[in-house]
Parts: sequence; C-alpha cells; structure tokens
Amino acid sequence: MSETAGNDTLHAVETIGLNLWYGTFQALIDVNIRIRKGIITSLIGPSGCGKSTLLRSINRINERLGYVRVEGAIKVMDKNVYDPEVEPVQLRRQVGMVFQRPNPLPLTIRENILFGHKIHTPSSSKVSRSAEDDIVESALRQVLLWDQVKDKLKRKATGLSLEEQQKLCIARLLPVKPQVLLMDEPCSALDPKGTEAVEELIWELRGQYTILIVTHNMAQARRASDECAFMLMGELIEHETTEELFVTPGNGKTADYIEGRYG
Amino acid sequence: MFDASALNIRNRKVEGLFRILFMLMTGLLILPVAIILAVLAWKGGSVVNMTFLFTNPTEGMTSGGIFPALIGTVWLVSVALLFSVPLGVAAAIYLSEYARDNWFTRIINLAIINLAGVPSIVHALFGVGAFVLFFRFGTSILAASLTLGIMTLPVVIVSTRESLQAVPMAFREACWNMGATKWQTIWKIVLPNSISGILTGIILEVSRTAGETAPVMFTGAAFFLPQLPQSIFDQTMAMSLHLFVIATQVPGVPENLPYGVAFVLIAMVLTMNSLSIAFRVYLRGRKKW
Ligand SMILES: Nc1ncnc2c1ncn2[C@@H]1O[C@H](COP(=O)(O)OP(=O)(O)O)[C@@H](O)[C@H]1O
Ligand SMILES: [Mg+2]
Repeated sequence: MSETAGNDTLHAVETIGLNLWYGTFQALIDVNIRIRKGIITSLIGPSGCGKSTLLRSINRINERLGYVRVEGAIKVMDKNVYDPEVEPVQLRRQVGMVFQRPNPLPLTIRENILFGHKIHTPSSSKVSRSAEDDIVESALRQVLLWDQVKDKLKRKATGLSLEEQQKLCIARLLPVKPQVLLMDEPCSALDPKGTEAVEELIWELRGQYTILIVTHNMAQARRASDECAFMLMGELIEHETTEELFVTPGNGKTADYIEGRYG
Repeated sequence: MFDASALNIRNRKVEGLFRILFMLMTGLLILPVAIILAVLAWKGGSVVNMTFLFTNPTEGMTSGGIFPALIGTVWLVSVALLFSVPLGVAAAIYLSEYARDNWFTRIINLAIINLAGVPSIVHALFGVGAFVLFFRFGTSILAASLTLGIMTLPVVIVSTRESLQAVPMAFREACWNMGATKWQTIWKIVLPNSISGILTGIILEVSRTAGETAPVMFTGAAFFLPQLPQSIFDQTMAMSLHLFVIATQVPGVPENLPYGVAFVLIAMVLTMNSLSIAFRVYLRGRKKW
C-alpha cells in the first residue's frame, strides 16, 4: 500500500484493528484495510474467510444478531461508525448493500426504487409525484435499466429476470445518495450474460461511488477492480492494486489462492 | 432387458394396495362431516326460517325462535375478538420480529403451547375466579368474552406467528440494510404480505369461539333471557348453551328444535370458514412474489 498514514481523506472506508466474534468464534482477526474513495476494490478469499462478515460490519447490520462482539474501529468517511452518536439508520443510508441473491421487495418496480428514499424522508415533507418520477427515472437510468422497464413501473419487481432484479437492487440504493456500495457476490446467482451486464454496470458506477465487491470469481476480480484484497481465515493477507496482486503477489498464500490451490 | 422381474411386479402390487388403503382412509375423514351435515339439514332444516332466526323462544323454550341466543353469540364472539386479536397479534409480532432466542422467549413459547392444551372447562373455572369474582365483572358478557379470549389467545398467536414467518427473510434483510427500522419493515413489508394468513387464522378462531359452551356457561351465558343485552355488563343467551339446554335440560322440546339450533350454529361457522377461504384465495392472487 503506497499511501502514507494520516492521509485519510483518500479513504471512504478504513478498519483499524478490527476483531469480530460470533459468540466465541473469532471471524475477523485484526483486520486493517483502507478502501480508497471512488474506485472499485474487490475482496477475494476462500469461502468462510470472513468476507461477508467484514461487509456486514461496515454497515453494522451484524449487530442485530445478539451474539456479535466487535473490537477496533471502522471509519466510514473518517467517522468511526461505532461511536455512540452514530445513528445506524444514517450509516445504512450512506453505505448501501447488494446481496448475492437479488432481493427486490414484493412491491412494484417504482415502489422498490422509492422505498429507501421514503424511509429517509420525513412523512411530513410532501414529495410531489413528478419529483418521485424523476427519482425513479434517474435511478433506473444509472443502472441502465430504464429502457427495459419504463413501461412497466407498476408491475411487480419479482417478475423481472434475475439480472434485471439485481440491477434494480442496485438502483434502489441510489436515490438516497450513498457514498459506499458494498456488494456481496452480486453476480454469483446470474448466468454468464447477466454477470457480464451487471459487471459492466458496476464499472459504469465507478467514480461516483466507492465500491467494495466480494467475488469468488478470479477473472472478475482481475478485470473489474482497481484494487484487490485477499483474506484468509479471518485475516487480511494482502491488499494491492489488482494488477500487482495478480501478477506479483507478495504473499505465498495469495499466490496459492489465485492459482487455485485452496478451492 | 427392461422387462419387469417378479420382484418388480410384486412391488407394484403392494404399491397399488397402499395407495388405495390410504385413499380410503382419507375418504373416511369426510364421512362424519357429511353425515353430521346431512342429519342436521334433514332434521333441523325444516324449523329454520326467518321467524325462527328473529323471534324469542316461547313456552319454556319448547317453541319459538333463537333470536336472543344468536345476538348473544355475536356479542360474545365480538368482544372476545376485541380482546384476543390485538393482544395475540402484538404478541406474535413481538415473538416473530423482535424477540431473540433466549430463555425468556423459550419460556413464553412453552407457556403458549401449554395454554393451548388447557381444557376449556379449566378456562371456564379460571374465568369464574378471575373475571366474575376477583375483578367483580359478575356473570356478564365481559367476563365470558375475556374467558373465551384467553382461551383462543394461543391459537391466534401461533397462527399469526406462522403467517409472519412465512414472509421470506430476504425481504427483511433488504429493508434493514437500507436503513429501515424494525417497525418500518413490519408495517410496510411483513404485515402486508402476511395479512391474509393472519386474518384466516382469526376467522377460523371465530368459528371455534362461537361453538364453545363450557367457558361461557359459568361466566356470562344465561339459561333463559329473552331481553337482549344492553351492555357488556349484562348476561346474555348464547347459541351453544341454548343448544345444550334445550337438548338435555328442558322436558317436552320437540325433537327437531335442537337440530334446528345446531344447524344454524354450524351454518354460522361454515359461513365464516368459507369467507376466510375466499378471502385467502383473493389475497393470494395479489401476492407479489
Ligand atoms: N451469523 C453467523 N453466526 C455464526 N457464525 C457465522 C455467522 N455468519 C458467518 N459465520 C462464520 O464466520 C465465518 C466467516 O463467514 P462469512 O463472513 O460468511 O465468510 P465468507 O463470506 O468469506 O464466505 C465462517 O466460519 C462462518 O461460519
Ligand atoms: Mg459470503
């Protein structure tokens, strides 16, 4: 990592000495990672190494499991999210999450896009219908879905193809203007064509949002991310530019993994 | 090379035998229901008409209609629901959406299961002790309905909780991760998608409540009381008790009168059940996943 410590404004997310336990099982061990603003960082590592756990602690969604204990700090835009005055609802507005299986809500396409927006808008402040229409259109345009769905906004979102559903799940995060998008294997439920389309979209969003994407797919990490971090058994082993990590891995374990010796 | 062996043929015969056996057993289930309905319609159908439904019993309940009992049952069931539905649904929401799996929740679950197993006569005696005597409601609609309400509470809780749990977890995850609170998630996503199941459970509960005799006979239902109740502090007649009374306690009742009462009671219950099924079908058609 080439940045000097202290130059924190460069980083949208930073963990400092992060340890996390599920009950007595330690799932994250002294993780120090800094995610640069505005780029795509991919997170790779064998199944069960703690990638999802890391993502879920950044937006503090892990807390709802009563048995999770966290030590250390996680800074999002330079603010420790575990500070007592931090409101999880505001945090989750700034840090959106996309899941492995597309999970549109059982509402119409339009309502899906407006859901997050409505949650974060006081019910007293009336948003006009045309303002809502603009929000829906702009979000759907950003995810390259507008042309396909503009005539069926009132249809249920669950009728869309998986690829479209996943794009919708990304789109619904955008109206509240998040800083960070966390994506947990967002393409692994899709067919190759859908994978390609969603990857393309993610690349399209590069620069506007800081994107941290977990992937199982080495090729995907390699072609679609600026930096890449490798985790193993709860520890962050290596974090480099993607190019460097794949061409000249600094750690033997990283080399073993990217060459397929872990499975 | 693919010909059936002797073993295949034997297995196929056994297979067919069991299929028919199980089918017959299932068919047998329908028999009692069919017979009950047929007998009631045949023996009781002739006495049921508008006058029967809307006039008072006369001549020591050996003649006349069932109006006060009909109205009484409506009162008893409505007040019982007013009590058990909000409480039961709230408890179910808490248990399904908020409670974590710890010893406290486990004790509550155990209590619910046990409460469901308490015989209705025990509920009746509890009702007398608690509502009639201790809270001094006297024998009244209030006391009887509270007793019925407590009795149906576990079923309301269990059926509501099951409907809530049928809503996929992924919807909740999606909401929470967007910053929705638990309550926003429940109100906007979980309840709208489980309401059909919840209401079905409640309607089925109504039909059970309407037929209960023991819990009301000591707590609020009267043997004979032609005046309609004016408030929840009055006593009232009830269909279930009225049936019991004219079938066993009053001499000289014509044979088809109790059948008529039973026929109306069953008709009420079946109407409620069909409503609930129709409602369920309607709402399922609107489901969005
Ligand atoms: N809710 C949970 N409760 C207990 N243990 C969990 C939970 N979620 C994950 N774990 C454990 O934490 C470790 C890391 O899991 P996870 O973060 O899901 O890995 P990955 O996403 O890299 O496959 C695994 O060993 C897993 O069994
Ligand atoms: Mg995972």
